[in-house]
Amino acid sequence: MKETIFSEWHDKPLDEILYDCRELVEDPTYPTVKRWRANGGKVAGHFQVYFPEEIAHAAGMLPVKLRGAPVEPTHADSHFGSYLCSILKTSLEIVSTGELELDLFVSHPICDAARNLAAIWGRNFDYPCQILYLPQNPNSSHSATYLRDEYNRIQGVIEKVAGTNVSQADLQASITLFNENRRLMRELYTIKCETPWLVSAEDAYCLVSVGGMIPREEHNELLQTVIPKIKARKTKKQDRTRIVFEGGFCEQPPLDLIRMLGRSCYLVDDDLLIGMRWILEDVPSNGDPLFDLAESYLERSSYSPVQHDNRKLKEEMLLQRVKEAKADAVIIAAAKMCEPGLEEQVAYTHTLDEKGIPYFVSEFEENMTSFEHLELQVETFMENLLFA
Amino acid sequence: MTTTQTEHHDIVGRGNRDGAQLFRDWFTELSDTAKSGGQSAYVFVMGSLNEILKVFDLPVVFPEINSLQTAVRRVAHEYLSEAEDYGYSPDICGYVKADVAVQLRHGDHPMGDIPKPSIAVLTNACNTYIKWAEIWQRMYDIPMVTIDVPGSREADGQTWRGDGDFENDRRYVQAQLEELITVCEQVTGKKFDIDKLREILRYANDISVGWKKVLDLNRSRPSLFNALTDGTIYLGVANGFRGTETGSRYFRELVEEMEYKAEHKIGTMTEELYRLLFVGVPCYPIFRRFNELFSEWGGTFINSTYLWFASGGANKGFEYDLDRPMESLAEGLLISVRDAMDSMFHQDRVLVDMIDEYHVDGIIYHPIKSCRTVSTGLADARRYVAKQRDVPSLFIESDMMDRRVVSEAQMKNRIDAFFEGLASRRRQAVIQ
Repeated sequence: MKETIFSEWHDKPLDEILYDCRELVEDPTYPTVKRWRANGGKVAGHFQVYFPEEIAHAAGMLPVKLRGAPVEPTHADSHFGSYLCSILKTSLEIVSTGELELDLFVSHPICDAARNLAAIWGRNFDYPCQILYLPQNPNSSHSATYLRDEYNRIQGVIEKVAGTNVSQADLQASITLFNENRRLMRELYTIKCETPWLVSAEDAYCLVSVGGMIPREEHNELLQTVIPKIKARKTKKQDRTRIVFEGGFCEQPPLDLIRMLGRSCYLVDDDLLIGMRWILEDVPSNGDPLFDLAESYLERSSYSPVQHDNRKLKEEMLLQRVKEAKADAVIIAAAKMCEPGLEEQVAYTHTLDEKGIPYFVSEFEENMTSFEHLELQVETFMENLLFA
Repeated sequence: MTTTQTEHHDIVGRGNRDGAQLFRDWFTELSDTAKSGGQSAYVFVMGSLNEILKVFDLPVVFPEINSLQTAVRRVAHEYLSEAEDYGYSPDICGYVKADVAVQLRHGDHPMGDIPKPSIAVLTNACNTYIKWAEIWQRMYDIPMVTIDVPGSREADGQTWRGDGDFENDRRYVQAQLEELITVCEQVTGKKFDIDKLREILRYANDISVGWKKVLDLNRSRPSLFNALTDGTIYLGVANGFRGTETGSRYFRELVEEMEYKAEHKIGTMTEELYRLLFVGVPCYPIFRRFNELFSEWGGTFINSTYLWFASGGANKGFEYDLDRPMESLAEGLLISVRDAMDSMFHQDRVLVDMIDEYHVDGIIYHPIKSCRTVSTGLADARRYVAKQRDVPSLFIESDMMDRRVVSEAQMKNRIDAFFEGLASRRRQAVIQ
């Protein structure tokens, strides 16, 4: 195993650990990735939402989740037209400026804008820039077989970049590690849901988010250390509204916005960075790790506006999320210019109206810095709920 | 009139005349279907699957075409407003919103009545297709069949028959087509007829071959048709009549017309000064005027990426092998729809190659607010082309539906400046 690249938190009390996580998440210079590269490691950058990171991990690469950054896209702006979401531009920005160096870039056909990324990156960088074609027809009986072979194809690309061959045992070991990682994140989300006064919305978010920029071995160690400390907290429960936040599947709201929401309510469930938590159960071990990964993507997975599945009508899935989280209301957000998010808002709001579930609709942008107006609106919404 | 004059009169302009008539006939037929409560399939231009739907005699409705017609007829804003009142954001594709309003109006459309769908069939060539069909799925509780067609994984990364990765993709597409057939049988109560499919594939072959030939023939100087205006009429027939005898005959005759014009040096303009490539989607809210802004300077569009991707990649001229219809249909759909996607994401390389071949004077990029599939990468692609070749280009943003983001005066200023630059460049070339 390579040297530890995120060690700042070691031997510190909980609050300081959480502070270090927040600092790392908000740092657009990706210091941990720089350390990884300084140690001779290679980096596989993958754009939102989901990527089978186990494959890159098994090849010894560091999978890094590209999810934009709170920076001005000064260089990247001229590569894009208008009317686009921010995450596309800031993701290119941090790579163009050299803050984040990659050896491989992979994007997915998640939306009309993002599916252009591999072509744009391919015209600007010399390393492989690929699309991983995750199936958009999960209802076909052939989808899992197709995806298994598509994973096999991307494994070949990864092996070339990493300069190594990946064995089935390597893959199985990575799956086992990631299963533990997903289990720990589920445990964190259980705390968020059942005892939300023990962990703030922003801290829970950061604890998940750092996983996209450090090796999973380190992420597991962090979560294994932190979760018991969170559970041991003596924080008292407050009389706050339980809220589900929907709309953070791709571009991420700024941390200050999540912090602001956390001040106004208990954020008991959300779809923030849902790709990291996409697979809901352990990936089984049936002898063909790539098929197991593929089948898990399709059959043991969450939902998002950018994956069509006739079995997962999004409004039905949202209702289920609200019910399971015992939420009082929903915040339906969408990143500015995010077409799938905006389209889904219509179905969500009509369904919530039918069910009589209160909701608040909003748009956000990762670069927004002023929250006063939004905070006032959210607080008014919360007060309306309290006094309804 | 002499025989030659009669021949000339019969042939020149026939594609436009017949195309417009076929279009009217098609909408009349849809209106009749709507009135009788008959079945219909909602499909999209990039991978319409007409080949299979025609086996089941399902009339096809192209909501994209319905929507653009509202813009051409200058009533799109009414439909857009209605959908926005329903909850759809101003930042969502105008095609989707116009169609939502048509559905809310129970099919009322400026060209007639649009029947309700019995099934929605789509590919993933545009992600908005998927979100759009989900709307019908909710509204009408109909089967929604997505045919997922994997595209090129990287620039110049296409694989072909016999390659392992290609065969994985083809098997996936073929499995989905077979599943579509099962759903069609359930929806229509009809059995699938493989011989009928063969007949339809033969007609579809005629259209693909004819479409490619028509596009290739526009290398002629002067150019034979305007890719933006005339081309859109031909495109409508290529989509609406794919796999039909009518479509097959139309394209045979269109090729004949273009060959005649090429032979007799009959151009689309009286004096062709500048040969332009168009990249993007037309500006339908000011369709005619948009073209005039170029034609007034002697500029004509000799080719357009719109004619490639909006024909579902029929520009590749793929011919189905009738001896192995299902396998070949899967192969053809994969290659054609993949090419349609390449025309949106990787068109830069093709454009560079066309500059000499088509004697191109300039490239017009027209990204639009509504369509991020087409528009997201155009600024970057333009930079790439500019690095490869010294060819002037113009980048103008507007929309294909929403006149709120179409500024004709601003557009004219920039287009005029572009042509002044072209003229100056030409004068300099003469001096040197």
